[in-house]
Amino acid sequence: MAHESTYTPSTGIERWLDTRLPIPRLMHDQFGVFPMPRNVNYWWTFGAILSFMLAVQIVTGIVLAMHYQPTTDGAFDSVEKIMRDVNWGWLLRYAHAVGASMFFFAAFIHTFRGLYYGSYKAPREILWMLGVLILFLMIATAFMGYSLVWGQMSFWAVTVITNLFTSLDTLIPGLGTTLVQWIWGGFSVGEPTLNRLFALHYLFPFIIAGVVILHIWALHIPGSNNPTGVEVKTKSDTLPFHPYFTIKDGFAVVLFCLLFGVFLFYAPNYLGHTDNYIPANPLQTPPHIVPEWYFLPFYAILRAIPDKLLGVVGLIGAIVVLFFIPWLDTSRIRSVSYRPIFKWFFWLFVICCLALGYFGSQAPEGWKLLWGRICTFYYFAFFLIIMPVVGLIEKPKRLPGSITESVLGKKDTSASGGNA
Amino acid sequence: MANSDSSTNPSLVDDDDPSRRDVIVIGAAAFAAIGGAAVLWPLLDQMNPDASTLSLASIDVDLAPVEEGQAITVMWRGKPIFIRHRTAEEVEAAKDVKLADLPDQLARNANLADTAPATDENRAAADKEPWLVMIGICTHLGCIPQGQAVGSYKGEYGGWYCPCHGSQYDTAGRIRKGPAPENMYIPPYAFTSDTKIKIG
Ligand code: HEM
Ligand code: FES
Repeated sequence: MAHESTYTPSTGIERWLDTRLPIPRLMHDQFGVFPMPRNVNYWWTFGAILSFMLAVQIVTGIVLAMHYQPTTDGAFDSVEKIMRDVNWGWLLRYAHAVGASMFFFAAFIHTFRGLYYGSYKAPREILWMLGVLILFLMIATAFMGYSLVWGQMSFWAVTVITNLFTSLDTLIPGLGTTLVQWIWGGFSVGEPTLNRLFALHYLFPFIIAGVVILHIWALHIPGSNNPTGVEVKTKSDTLPFHPYFTIKDGFAVVLFCLLFGVFLFYAPNYLGHTDNYIPANPLQTPPHIVPEWYFLPFYAILRAIPDKLLGVVGLIGAIVVLFFIPWLDTSRIRSVSYRPIFKWFFWLFVICCLALGYFGSQAPEGWKLLWGRICTFYYFAFFLIIMPVVGLIEKPKRLPGSITESVLGKKDTSASGGNA
Repeated sequence: MANSDSSTNPSLVDDDDPSRRDVIVIGAAAFAAIGGAAVLWPLLDQMNPDASTLSLASIDVDLAPVEEGQAITVMWRGKPIFIRHRTAEEVEAAKDVKLADLPDQLARNANLADTAPATDENRAAADKEPWLVMIGICTHLGCIPQGQAVGSYKGEYGGWYCPCHGSQYDTAGRIRKGPAPENMYIPPYAFTSDTKIKIG
């Protein structure tokens, strides 16, 4: 919540700064005494984990860029040189590649957390939409980064995805082709394409960092949501960010690093596709083009829709629909824990997303295509039909009177009267 | 005396003709908008294919070594060009198809009118029907169909098969089945002698 500043500069330099660029005051108010609901669980640590992963990607990315060469002849070899010759290059590249996977893993959990606890509902709509924007920018960034390796999967992923725009030719003849040639800087994916993808891959993470700052700003106006979805009412509902949540978030980052480390040191290529160790060949398409795992659900949606243009609309719509959730959910309360009917649809939605991931990795034929289509339908129906309708007809369970009551039981609030 | 300074005289501000100020504001905003757009254009247009890319526009290919039943692939503007010396049976199979059975009934031949129908004559080289010259890119999402190599799987219609999402092309490179919306495109080309062609 927006709150009165309690900062008092204690040293001369702090007093000097305080009337010029009051960064110590900002840190004190926003990350020191900032009131956090006392009942947030470990799902609330993923914001800190994500900030950490963004830093990991930026630091490893900048050092990789010192050795990487964005030319069609040099790109693949320079990545191999990083792996074999550059001091610690193997560690830096694997950290960046596995780091991207970890980043998405955390982002998906963070997003589902927001969905489950209704963190998109008023007054957190802008906060939620900035989050969706970050997800969108992450998808673009990772797609461009993957292309830089210039292996077979890189090349054909860029070819297939940029060709999606040619579907616009069915709306206005020539529009799609013109647009794609503008994106490519040629008549096919080639050196100009690789060069601009590198320039933009370098730029986008810094845009993400900027949006993250806005995201945290928008968070610190209403303050964090919590597992009950009940707003903070009194001071006893909260604890200061430091030391309680700096320690908790720090501990979660350490645990997350263990998982990161397991992949990084024991299975660095497990999450990738072996075909990307074959240099790009514009004359031969690999038998199966599969995107990285974090794109599979979206890829399944693209392939489930038989029409070229509508497939693209579905692919983009799968993200765009997230922007509208604050207005699609008609429920009076936030947390799914107190929503007996919606709960079932929510978990079915989680299963649906996992299933879409599986179908995205499979050839779109037979029963897999059919189920891919059913899941695609459910994905959109969940937001466009179930959310508005269930919110209206469902009778939520009784909410706890306050956050304190949910933690300490009812007895405490009646006894401690002082909060009234 | 104190009021003679016009900048502090409120009566002069009141007198000021508001429409005169509007002209200045609108004029300045319009000028800035046009200027902004004029600066934006070079920033966007720099991404279009550059002069060196455009100048790679044509290539010559010698077809003499390509026997009947064989196919070669050459590169033109970074795209693979499929050149197939079709057998009599392949030509026959393509001619037998009724136009109404084709998902895309346009020839997609840069050397003919946009409205030319997708008959085999309109797809093949002019007066040299065994020769088929086309851009070997699937019109779905741009993969390279297989079917050029002698032993490779050529799909149900004996032409080309796209491994990405299963589009099937016939021996005239026309889409017959699968998600691709259009026939494979025929680039601008011409025979410069009996056995040589110029593409582009
Ligand atoms: C949002 C943060 C970022 C994400 C999600 C991301 C994602 C990726 C991915 C998925 C790859 C391909 C990994 C592989 O298979 O090798 C990649 C490669 C690369 N990235 Fe990033 N990246 C990020 C930030 C950056 C930054 C800030 C730079 C700085 C220039 C950078 C520079 C590079 C370079 C040079 C490569 C090619 C070398 C390689 O394959 O490791 N990245 N990135
Ligand atoms: S690209 Fe050929 S079928 Fe999709």
